[in-house]
Amino acid sequence: MLAEMIQRLFERSLDDAAQAQAREGQWNAPLWAEVEEMGLPLALLSEEQGGFGLSAAEQGEALRLLGSLAVPLPVAETMGANRLLAKAGLPLAEGPAGLARANHLTLEGGILKGRVERVAWGENLDCLVLAVGDTLYRVPRSGWSLAEAGTALNFHPRPALEIAWEADALAPAPHCPLAEGATLRAFQIAGALEAALDMTLEHTATRVQFGKPLQKNQVVQHELAKLAGELACATAAADLAAEALERGDALGVAAGSLRAREAAGNGAGIATQMHGAIGFTREHALHLYTTALWTWRDEFGGQVHWATMLGRPAVAAGGEGYWPMVTAL
Amino acid sequence: MSKIPFPSPPLDSDEVLALRSEFRAFLDQQLGHRTPRQRSDNWYGFSREFSLAMGQAGYLGMTWPKQYGGHERSAYERYVIVEESLAFGAPVGAHWIADRQSGPSIIKFGTDEQKETILPRIAKGELAFGIGMSEPDSGSDLAATRTKAVRDGDVYRVTGTKVWTSFAHEADYVILFCRTSGTPADRHMGTSQLLVDLKNTPGLTIRPIIDLAGQHHFNEMHFEDAIVPAKNLLGQEGDGWNQVMSELAFERSGPERFLSSIELMYQLIEMLKGREDDAAMATIGRLTAQLAVLRRLSRSVAAMLQNKQDAGLQASIVKDVGAVWEQTLPDFARQLVDAEADPRSQAAYAGVLANIVHNAPSWSLRGGTREILRGIIARGLGTR
Repeated sequence: MLAEMIQRLFERSLDDAAQAQAREGQWNAPLWAEVEEMGLPLALLSEEQGGFGLSAAEQGEALRLLGSLAVPLPVAETMGANRLLAKAGLPLAEGPAGLARANHLTLEGGILKGRVERVAWGENLDCLVLAVGDTLYRVPRSGWSLAEAGTALNFHPRPALEIAWEADALAPAPHCPLAEGATLRAFQIAGALEAALDMTLEHTATRVQFGKPLQKNQVVQHELAKLAGELACATAAADLAAEALERGDALGVAAGSLRAREAAGNGAGIATQMHGAIGFTREHALHLYTTALWTWRDEFGGQVHWATMLGRPAVAAGGEGYWPMVTAL
Repeated sequence: MSKIPFPSPPLDSDEVLALRSEFRAFLDQQLGHRTPRQRSDNWYGFSREFSLAMGQAGYLGMTWPKQYGGHERSAYERYVIVEESLAFGAPVGAHWIADRQSGPSIIKFGTDEQKETILPRIAKGELAFGIGMSEPDSGSDLAATRTKAVRDGDVYRVTGTKVWTSFAHEADYVILFCRTSGTPADRHMGTSQLLVDLKNTPGLTIRPIIDLAGQHHFNEMHFEDAIVPAKNLLGQEGDGWNQVMSELAFERSGPERFLSSIELMYQLIEMLKGREDDAAMATIGRLTAQLAVLRRLSRSVAAMLQNKQDAGLQASIVKDVGAVWEQTLPDFARQLVDAEADPRSQAAYAGVLANIVHNAPSWSLRGGTREILRGIIARGLGTR
């Protein structure tokens, strides 16, 4: 039911003009107001925490929709920030929120200080959930200023922020914001791949060359099959990451987020190729998804971060310990 | 629409965890002495002794009714046994096909007599099966089958040739896909399945086909007016196509579709131990993530089968993506470790690498070629 509401909201209020504005870095305040009105920022919380009490499958569906609708707002980040805050027993975010791990920040005389790189929509957030080591901080808007502008591959803002804040809201971190963010991105990637596959099916069914739809060519069919394989992997990877996050298993999060990131690149490549030149333009909506996929796959720890995190213990496990490690993921 | 759902697989319950560790101990006790090179034979290793031990310990016919020697456990419990066998490189060849597809086909389509005489012996690990589908002129295009069975009183007289029959020289039975009426032009119509006793069929000759690794797994089965009792008809005469498609669904769904080269992964990791090399660690991380996700997709198929859902499309995706994983592993290994493969070497790495390089090409051919699978997936997406 939530899924239907999300779908309706963005299909109604998110048009080409709104996407173009977001690419110029403009914050869509009316759309965010609708997101809040629907209660989406609390969607990952249990009923006791004041949330919707969604099942894992329903949570996944909602998060995938944020990807398949190419929502140009930090909705997923805010949902994840609130999940962390609720678990940590800190007050929930009141507006849009961001997530980051910032181990290099210093705490001197009660003042948290330092620079946080590439925060999605950083200037427009009300709250930043930061982990420094094992401590989680809930930094309000007054706690940071813009350090440097930055732009993602989908042209949404990713500024660096300068934190200077008298730290008065902190708690032990229930889990790392990187793991939280990487899991969210895995679902968004799966959603975007779903949209990319739908578009590619539509395009290859309607585009006629040499007197027949592209889809009648076996070579095109096989690329579609590969794209469906990447989608299946990304979806399963996101579910795997979410289950691992729930039980506090960093390696499972690494495995899930890593495979989803890989699918993002593979899938975007196939979808663009199958669209031909139109897929390389802003005239076709595919670019919303390909550029988002290229953005999301490098956020909250890049491929190398998660790959070495998983690879080191795998090698340390040795030939005999490897399989038991895999079955525990 | 485009969505091909993979439901979340069940989490390992305490019962399943116990089964897993009990079975790991069984494998270690039965097979702990085998070398990496032997383990790398994976599912094409053949040992009657091991299959009998599996049967005796109750690990065969896991999901089958007790009245036929089965154990009435869940599809997921069977999955655990299968994947642990493969991960250990157990020589499963003498029960593999019977347990995976022939037995389930007999349960689905067989007569009471066939069920009573054959199933308990499979569950005991006594009967090995081969697959009687491909022919010299009928590989991916199974409906072009030419092998003919003509009813003559109490028997069928069978003429034709089957190829790529793994272990026909060792096995006891094959389920033969053949034509009981009409011609190859009739395609799916007029086909049937017969249970053929490999040790006891006058007119049947079996000839080895040596593969490029120099190994003898494949055979050619030549039927020259061979006599098969009419009571060995499996299911309905003329319904062979539906039956063989159902058999293929069992064949395509399992973890053998990505674990064939797992021993090379173990040996690669052994070679990388102690190396401080971020690029190598990252490669192992990526491969591990891919494997973990394949495993999840494959367990999801097992869950669908447990719920009697049609998982043909999902199984094709797992096999397609899985074959890429197991097949490209030697290339990743070669990028990380400088070592020449040697098929006669006793050294773990060189010998295992050779065995895997030699056998890897077959993994995107058997059980449905990559091209056939991608066609099935594309059709499932609504193309054509």
